[in-house]
Amino acid sequence: MAVTFTLNGKSTTVDVPAEMPLLWVLRDVLNLHGTKFGCGVGQCGACTVHLRGRAVRSCQTPVANVDGAAVTTIEGLSADGTHPLQQAWKKLDVPECGYCQAGQIMAAAALLTTRPNPSDTDIDAAMNTNLCRCGTYVRIRQGIHDAVRSSSNGVPSATTPTTEDSK
Amino acid sequence: MSPTITLDRRDFLRVTALAGGGFVLATYLEPLDLLAQGRGNSAPLEPNAFVAIDAGGIVTITAKNPEIGQGVKVMLPMLIAEELDVAWRDVRIVQADLDPSKYGQQSAGGSRATPSNWTPMRQIGGAARQMLIMAAAQSWGVPASEITTTPGRLVHAASNRSAGYGEFASAAARVTPPAFDSLTLKDPKDYRIIGTSIAGVDNHKIVTGQALFGSDVTVPGMLHGVYQRCPVIGGKAVSANLDAIRAMPGIRHAFIVPEGVGGGSMSGVAIVADSWWYAESARKKLTVTWDNGPTAADSTAGFDTMAATMATQAPQSTSRADGDVDAALAGAARTVEGAYAYPFLAHAPMEPPNATASFKDGKLELWAGTQQPGGVVNTIANALGITAADITVHLPRMGGSFGRRLYNDYVIETALIAKTVGAPVQIRWSREDEMRNEVFRPAGYHYLKGGLDASGSLVAWRNHFISFSNEAPPAAGRGGGPPQQGPAVRPAPSSTLSGSEFPARFVPNFATHVSMMPLGVTTGAHRAPGSCAISFVMQSFLDELADAAGKDPLQFRLDLMARTPVPEGGRGGFDAERMTAVLKAVASSSGWGTRPLPEGSAMGVAFHFSHSGYFAEVAEVNVDANKRIKVNKVWVVGDIGRQIVNPLNAESQVHSAVNDGLSQLMLEITVDGGRVVQGNFDTYPVLRMRQAPPEVDVRFVLSDNDPTGLGEPALPPVIPAVTNALFRATGTRVRSLPLTKHGFSWR
Ligand code: FES
Ligand code: FES
Repeated sequence: MAVTFTLNGKSTTVDVPAEMPLLWVLRDVLNLHGTKFGCGVGQCGACTVHLRGRAVRSCQTPVANVDGAAVTTIEGLSADGTHPLQQAWKKLDVPECGYCQAGQIMAAAALLTTRPNPSDTDIDAAMNTNLCRCGTYVRIRQGIHDAVRSSSNGVPSATTPTTEDSK
Repeated sequence: MSPTITLDRRDFLRVTALAGGGFVLATYLEPLDLLAQGRGNSAPLEPNAFVAIDAGGIVTITAKNPEIGQGVKVMLPMLIAEELDVAWRDVRIVQADLDPSKYGQQSAGGSRATPSNWTPMRQIGGAARQMLIMAAAQSWGVPASEITTTPGRLVHAASNRSAGYGEFASAAARVTPPAFDSLTLKDPKDYRIIGTSIAGVDNHKIVTGQALFGSDVTVPGMLHGVYQRCPVIGGKAVSANLDAIRAMPGIRHAFIVPEGVGGGSMSGVAIVADSWWYAESARKKLTVTWDNGPTAADSTAGFDTMAATMATQAPQSTSRADGDVDAALAGAARTVEGAYAYPFLAHAPMEPPNATASFKDGKLELWAGTQQPGGVVNTIANALGITAADITVHLPRMGGSFGRRLYNDYVIETALIAKTVGAPVQIRWSREDEMRNEVFRPAGYHYLKGGLDASGSLVAWRNHFISFSNEAPPAAGRGGGPPQQGPAVRPAPSSTLSGSEFPARFVPNFATHVSMMPLGVTTGAHRAPGSCAISFVMQSFLDELADAAGKDPLQFRLDLMARTPVPEGGRGGFDAERMTAVLKAVASSSGWGTRPLPEGSAMGVAFHFSHSGYFAEVAEVNVDANKRIKVNKVWVVGDIGRQIVNPLNAESQVHSAVNDGLSQLMLEITVDGGRVVQGNFDTYPVLRMRQAPPEVDVRFVLSDNDPTGLGEPALPPVIPAVTNALFRATGTRVRSLPLTKHGFSWR
């Protein structure tokens, strides 16, 4: 099935089975490796991307579902790594192994679009489905607060999203 | 033998000029050592460097060890840069490939990077600096002793001359490298880099999603594959519906890998496809006839029953016996008994095991996230019928490991599959593959009895440790390495208890007995192997004894350590003075015994010595009416010597160790019919953000000892600190993990 969608601002067409998860289209077909595989069952959040501005698990998203939609991956979050979250992550040295962090940042970016100044409770709720096996949770929370402080308007992205992570 | 850069007489420095000006400096082992490593027939020694300085003064430092998130890719270059005396902004870091003839030991494990490299890496930096000084001295016609440096610059104050390192990099290439023992290293008060906080060198790539990890490797023409092993650990594939699998979409190859080759791999079915998803989808249709083998008899329930039976029998062996425990227990004013147990655990690194291999014209190129790359080369060479010199190993960053990637089974299997397929291939494990084909932290059972005298002083301690032997197959699957020697029946990996584990030596009548039952399940090192389990037992039972003695648990421990210990030979043993200092420090940082806590909240304390590090920790825990737990805060004080190399990373390593330990409180791997029951994060729920303590207070006591490692020793005490707090909050003494056995859950 040919699927056409906007990937990080560029129109992209792939011809793959409709049920192929977006994660594997990104990684194995389009060679975009920022989005990670951690569990394949929607439990870890390593594969988090934005679909129509909302944080979704790309391992649980059949590519047919993104036909005609806008998808943003970590590679497209900012032109050159200048999103306030990316800068905060570097400054506070949030990553340990770093493998979960693309998913963490994408989940946090979606959170900030709905809650520009989230409380710790908001952060716990939004980020609780993103596992970090290295246990960098203290700094992930600090990183989100730091990004809020340093971004002038407090809302880094212009989309009108909700997050699926708040469960 | 394993080469280490101890920089004694057998090692020497080699210097090579760089095209365009500049030089590189590397250490080499003498050819004799190379021969001993079986790598003596490799190509002539190429100049590959720890340090390269270009004409513009930019310094490139090679990070030799594999990076798993422990921060070694920054830490080792910091040591070199400090003594080279260069500004950190002028440093570029590159990751080394595997080449122990140039870099010495290249591994990650045992929290060894700091203690093994603290001196040699500084010496390498100091030697490079000295060569620049000698080159400038020649050119300026002044004594080398009159030349000093400021970061990146050579200075001769008397004649008011100075020059950037780049200007003398070419000339330095012609200078004979100095002997290491001729170097004077910096006074620590002059450090400009060591002791400062430096963020991870790969952070920009990580936060922008650039390819970095093993599973991000792409090779032209690369295929993707899965490898299905027998669900019963150690079983073998007999036959499978391979034709049906080959007919499925995107599938290129499907074949049986017959049996463990070279002792490092396990039999299974390889499915290789255009995308990993095609391979994984085809696997769901795979039907295999397995020869389950003897491990099919293993089960957690069976082990529990057998341990209970063995506890009533005479122990098989005694590993320590001080004084007369029987008499002391008989004469004790009060005795306490406790049966402790902890489960198997999986490592569950965030990035499941994977490797990429390309086999062409008798040569193998490997991209392998592994903690022990050196351990895999000879095994693969044997399995593939090539020599070690035909194998190139690249060391991509790893998405965590915690000990799993000390075992190279997945790397060896990938190499075998690549050779069969005749094209570059990446084999990636699913989470279920990872969780069910682990080298598990072994479960264990401890039957303890302690005796107190009339004054509440601990006079007797006996532990019957019931553990596992490696008697049952499989011996394969541990990923190569030297053939094991010694008696056939010995403890399964990581199933041991040191006879000198505290409170050994501090209790006059003290005995440790060991009995073992056979185990087919593969076991191995976890983060802080042994200690991550044993700390829970020792520090919990000490708490029970303190309670029985009517004493404050922290004071009870201080009193115990104030005793004169039974002397013990050997070096590196437990130093009660160092532990006393960190325990007192954590009492003060946590406000132990001085702060009123709300209803349902309590503090617990524990300490543990491992990996040369002394850690004492206090946890403040709140338990609600439904036995749901919240860890409000953890206070950590550690002593890992006189210098914290990178405080930013040090704090992070402690956060990580604490959260890893807290994770373990609720986790277990169970085995039924030789198969692992759990498979993914739904059944093996590692710690999530809401469950993690919002605050971890990290402090270090700086003692006058050489710096030691930090990846592991902060983990063990947090587990008993929490269970001891639970006792004080609820009256429930937790003697077995996970906590779910006792109805506790995270809030
Ligand atoms: S890989 Fe998608 S949630 Fe874990
Ligand atoms: S940084 Fe390693 S899993 Fe999060």
